[in-house]
Amino acid sequence: MSRHTLSVLVEDQPGVLARIASLFARRGFNIESLAVGPTEASGISRMTIVVNVDQSPLEQVTKQLNKLINVLKIVELDNTAAVQRELLLVKVKADANSRSKILEIVSLFRAKVVDVAPDAITIEATGNHEKIQALLISLEEFGIKELVQSGMVAVGRGAKAVSERSLRSS
Amino acid sequence: MAEITGAQSLIQALESAGVDTVFGIPGGAILPAYDPMMDSKKVRHILVRHEQGAGHAAEGYALATGRVGVCMATSGPGATNLVTPIADAHMDSVPMVAITGQVPSNAIGTDAFQEADIRGITFPITKHNYLVTNADEIPRAIAEAFHLASTGRPGPVLVDISKDALNAKTTFNWPPVMQLPGYHPTTKPNSKRVKEAAERIIAAKKPVLYVGGGVIKANAAKELFQLAELTQIPVVTTLMARGAFPDSHPQHLGMPGMHGTVAAVGSLQQSDLLIALGTRFDDRVTGQLSSFAPDADVIHVDIDPAEIGKNRFAHVPIVGDAKETIIELIAFIKDEHKAGRIGNYEAWWADLNRLRTEYPLGYDHPTDGSLSPQYVIERIGAITGPDALYAAGVGQHQMWAAQFVKYEKPGTWLNSGGLGTMGFAIPAAMGAKVGAPDKTVWAIDGDGCFQMTNQELATCTINNIPIKVGLINNNALGMVRQWQSLFYNNRYSNTDLHTNRIPDFVKLADAYGAHGLRCESKDEVDTIIEKALSLNDAPVVIDFVVHKDAMVWPMVAAGMSNSEIKFARDMAPQWMRSDDE
Repeated sequence: MSRHTLSVLVEDQPGVLARIASLFARRGFNIESLAVGPTEASGISRMTIVVNVDQSPLEQVTKQLNKLINVLKIVELDNTAAVQRELLLVKVKADANSRSKILEIVSLFRAKVVDVAPDAITIEATGNHEKIQALLISLEEFGIKELVQSGMVAVGRGAKAVSERSLRSS
Repeated sequence: MAEITGAQSLIQALESAGVDTVFGIPGGAILPAYDPMMDSKKVRHILVRHEQGAGHAAEGYALATGRVGVCMATSGPGATNLVTPIADAHMDSVPMVAITGQVPSNAIGTDAFQEADIRGITFPITKHNYLVTNADEIPRAIAEAFHLASTGRPGPVLVDISKDALNAKTTFNWPPVMQLPGYHPTTKPNSKRVKEAAERIIAAKKPVLYVGGGVIKANAAKELFQLAELTQIPVVTTLMARGAFPDSHPQHLGMPGMHGTVAAVGSLQQSDLLIALGTRFDDRVTGQLSSFAPDADVIHVDIDPAEIGKNRFAHVPIVGDAKETIIELIAFIKDEHKAGRIGNYEAWWADLNRLRTEYPLGYDHPTDGSLSPQYVIERIGAITGPDALYAAGVGQHQMWAAQFVKYEKPGTWLNSGGLGTMGFAIPAAMGAKVGAPDKTVWAIDGDGCFQMTNQELATCTINNIPIKVGLINNNALGMVRQWQSLFYNNRYSNTDLHTNRIPDFVKLADAYGAHGLRCESKDEVDTIIEKALSLNDAPVVIDFVVHKDAMVWPMVAAGMSNSEIKFARDMAPQWMRSDDE
């Protein structure tokens, strides 16, 4: 199995997210990450869905998604040809001894401190999946109190917009 | 423009969409719609006895007429009772619009009386669905629903309308502007692919036209006939496609699948090229997928791109309408013929003719003098003829009706193929008779199925819908019993219906104002069928008391390879390949 990133343009209408989520569930696909938000066009939302599947079931789920009336377009964003970002907020235990070590890691990963308490630091980081995972591994030894992460958003490199690209399933 | 209510707008929208019949039951949330319904001169509302009956009747109407069937119910339980027929229509691609009342919009989400999230419930079993809470949106929702239900791959669309939207003031505009930017069904096939298909067909040694229900949906039976005669390729018609190609035609090998003919199943297993038209490689046709048609390349034509490659890899995938594709395919094949390239299938036909001669469909008459169910069904078909419509329930009687009634025309066989809904026959026959009042409509039903939906006989009698019910009464849930005989050591857990005692179907028919007849021996069969055909003032129910142990053969056991087909218990056919073993 391999990770695939699907960019799905949908009509911004009530129930669309439920339709898509239920389609994934009933066809037996696990969504690894999901992010939804507005786009440059009014009335159209964009979902970035990361799934871990083989090529042929991916094709099937893409075709099934395309059958949903509110789905306008599906494009698979190749990992190498797209900029991918996740947002992480993580609260790490920090005392006088560990604080400077943590700050060193924060600057190494070009992350940001967004809140400080006497015994904890909250860090904000953005990056691709691998970078976020690497940062978390580095912070693990200090004790992670709380962690929240967004779904991945992705955009293709180059001048073309998703609305100009050819369909994934064509 | 005159102000009207949302309910009036709904009825006007239905009239404008060409609806002449609605099957339904009123209730609290849908009540506003029933008031203007009473005044409609164009829409006949048929009051059914259970919403499931309304849904299957809408399906039967759609299958008999080719138009969109319409059913209506109230919120909550009314709507949830439609779930089974909606799922049925979804599996069998039946064009249907279901309209449900919903609790007022300010009560949605409060667990109000008779509230059910029918839109959420039907996400996975509709082509699309709507929740309308604004009266102004009613015409557009209805127009889109009919468009979606009847175009592309047909299917059910549900429109749930809140009671306040039905009561609100609005104006009516028709035709409304449809807003379906994400819906563009492909009907025109890719010509390059069709040409490639034609070339492969000419080159193949053992091709088979594997025909599915899509050919009937696309109105392509005539074109299929031309293609078959032009190419001389053998034809098999799936359960959903019975009637798409005449049973009397010498190129027709019958139905493939779990209870298909040995010749049809054998042709697929030995084929080197399947020309799959509007069919979806369902597990009941393929048996164990990995050993299905092991030597065949596949040309797959379907209007739904998601069907292509879903179960079986397609060497030549063609997304398009079956009719348009077949017409183009015929043209390319004629080009090939003109160029002197003509397929030669002589050896292939010799093999298939041997299978067909050695393993015809058949049955034995029980030795105890009781009735053979296959004989009854065969006689119903033979006496009534190919112009009648035949609806079936689900189970043994359905398989026998698919095997022993001879279908010559598309749209004459109505059944629940994908979902396998017991109880389909009576309401579907009722809907079909309403859609085609001049045709004789049989419901070939089982005693199990009959007891799930027979209350619609009341609807039939009261509304003058004289269907014929051939009740194949074997006292049992026959198909389940057959599996218990074959795979559970004759342990008949909960399949004896005791229908020899309760109910008395003749009395029940009488109670419904229908003619009740009983038939228990072979020599009465023809007379009683003829009598039933002569009675057209009310529905007729014939209680055919048949032998309990009759089994459906041939059979491929679930999950087994099609090559393991048995034409009778423990009797396997001799395939060609075994000749040189």
